[in-house]
Amino acid sequence: MSRIKTCFDALKANNEKALISFVTAGDPHPKHTVSIMHALVEAGTDLIEVGVPFSDPMADGPVIQQACERALEHDTSLTDILRMVAEFRENDQNTPIVLMGYQNPIEVYGAERFANDAKGLVDGVITVDLPPEECAEINQLYRAANIDSIFLMAPTTDISRIRRISEMASGFLYYVSFKGITGASNLDIVSVSSKLSEIRGVVDLPLAVGFGIKDAETAAAVAAVADAIVVGSAIVSLIAKNQEDMPTALKEVKSLLQGIKSALDNAGSI
Amino acid sequence: MGTNVTDKEQGHFNAVPDNRGHFGPYGGRFVAETLMTPLAELEAAYEECKVDPAFQAEFHNDLAHYVGRPSPLYFAERLTNLWGGARIFLKREDLNHTGAHKINNTIGQALLAKRMGKTRIIAETGAGQHGVASATIAARLGLECVVYMGADDIQRQSPNVYRMRLLGAKVVPVTSGSRTLKDALNEALRDWVTNVDDTFYIIGTVAGPHPYPQIVRDFQTVIGKEARQQMLEQYNTLPDALVACVGGGSNAIGLFHPFLGDEGVAIYGVEAGGHGVDTGMHSAPLSAGKPGVLHGNRTYLMESEAGQIIETHSISAGLDYPGVGPEHSWLKDEGRVQYVSVTDDEALAAFHLTTTKEGIIPALESSHAMAFAEKLAPTMAKEQSIVINLSGRGDKDINTIARIEGIEL
Repeated sequence: MSRIKTCFDALKANNEKALISFVTAGDPHPKHTVSIMHALVEAGTDLIEVGVPFSDPMADGPVIQQACERALEHDTSLTDILRMVAEFRENDQNTPIVLMGYQNPIEVYGAERFANDAKGLVDGVITVDLPPEECAEINQLYRAANIDSIFLMAPTTDISRIRRISEMASGFLYYVSFKGITGASNLDIVSVSSKLSEIRGVVDLPLAVGFGIKDAETAAAVAAVADAIVVGSAIVSLIAKNQEDMPTALKEVKSLLQGIKSALDNAGSI
Repeated sequence: MGTNVTDKEQGHFNAVPDNRGHFGPYGGRFVAETLMTPLAELEAAYEECKVDPAFQAEFHNDLAHYVGRPSPLYFAERLTNLWGGARIFLKREDLNHTGAHKINNTIGQALLAKRMGKTRIIAETGAGQHGVASATIAARLGLECVVYMGADDIQRQSPNVYRMRLLGAKVVPVTSGSRTLKDALNEALRDWVTNVDDTFYIIGTVAGPHPYPQIVRDFQTVIGKEARQQMLEQYNTLPDALVACVGGGSNAIGLFHPFLGDEGVAIYGVEAGGHGVDTGMHSAPLSAGKPGVLHGNRTYLMESEAGQIIETHSISAGLDYPGVGPEHSWLKDEGRVQYVSVTDDEALAAFHLTTTKEGIIPALESSHAMAFAEKLAPTMAKEQSIVINLSGRGDKDINTIARIEGIEL
């Protein structure tokens, strides 16, 4: 069974919500990424999204754009990232890892080679610019490598697309809470809630919600209606702010996540 | 020259893109999920307009009376004599309202925006010509207009920036990435994904996600349709060769497309060779790149071994783009169009030559096409002919050229 399913099943059995934390690999320097990942887990992260930096992150706001730029100053590549995940796995066999990024680095690496090299290390892939219409082939490669294809859904995703996406998706679904880019804050919990009900009518997978969750309050509100929440730009901002002082960065990230995690636990028990 | 260069009928070339926007392995719709439904809506609206006589009439009326079409096909006698080979004809897109071919497409898309009930348009621009064309049509239709432009391009194309502001557009400098056209496109996509309800994104070239490459091509083919008819009516023959510069490739596809099925018409797309394709300092993905995915489509790209888009270089802001329209990638692989490159220096020399010999100041983009024609013409017979797309006027470039030549204006 995949680590993602094990993780969500265990949380569900305890009536808990998942905390998904995002960090851009190689930011601010590749040497820090593995220790940041362990710190995320220590602070209560259930699943890690590792951002694969891309030169043209067209769905990301300034915070993650700049994280990509910092990572690329050190030429952080997909090869490096698989090596980081392997190093992380030396001490953590259980936390699911999802790579999130854009199609071009994977395409240039070679989809088949990537699926083979990621097998056993990486549990899922989110490719922001790869809708179901374009991914039939690569999806088979991922499936064969026991890697879940995680898809995004958005407020503009209508019922026919929800069906289409659900046919390709595995692991969990990532609902983008508003029309916009990462790091913005237009979160409207009422519309998120009604869209999630629509999606649940079709899909049996856990639903994660991301975009606009930056503190315990927003996390608790979303967790009341979702199975998982994703925190991204808020973490990356703290790393950026303290990029010369990693101990402080890790301390602040942990404190943010611990606050969010306890808000989730409270939301779960309501 | 003059041999049969294609044995395929026009229908073969009209059959792309397929209904998923693919030109062979290229093109497609590689965007974030939020944009998938808006793109499907755009496609549906465009398919309606394509067959709606009222829409087509309004578009062609604007082309005639607002843009000033048809643009002349001009026989450049002095360059013909100087180069000593094929007769040189210039398709004078520089004489269009706003000074370039870009307006053909912006009018079409703005009419589409109006029909879809959008009140705000956004655009990306490199040289500023597409930004000016978008600001122009926005002013005329009373639409709000925001233009994204790389901070470096704002420096090199300041007259066009001021022009856009005079027209009432907001010009937003883009400081991320390489601060040029590709980053302006990223930023425009970010705006669109945020404001998709009331906003229409007017893409300026034959790139982007489906259906943009097709929409822009269709609106720009007026160039080639006119040129073909003008050659037949005025000279009773088809040209033996076509030459156009290729950045994203909209002026080129506009000229080329109606001729693709014409056997015997050789077609050349001229990329920006910058300091030379072997130096790595260029913007010539078809000459020296490899396929990848950027800005919503699969196409030839300038990219690193790790799949990062790399910085490009061209003297011409309008060609300074690491990708190219997916249809050009397909036409390259099909062998129907030959893609070549000329350097900054060659383009600059052709700029001066065209200016002093014909009294026409070409855009630096179009000067690339002139520079290649200078090499091609002497290899052809005197009774043969070349049509070059003079895609824009060079007034916007005089500051750049003066600076390169150490002249203070």
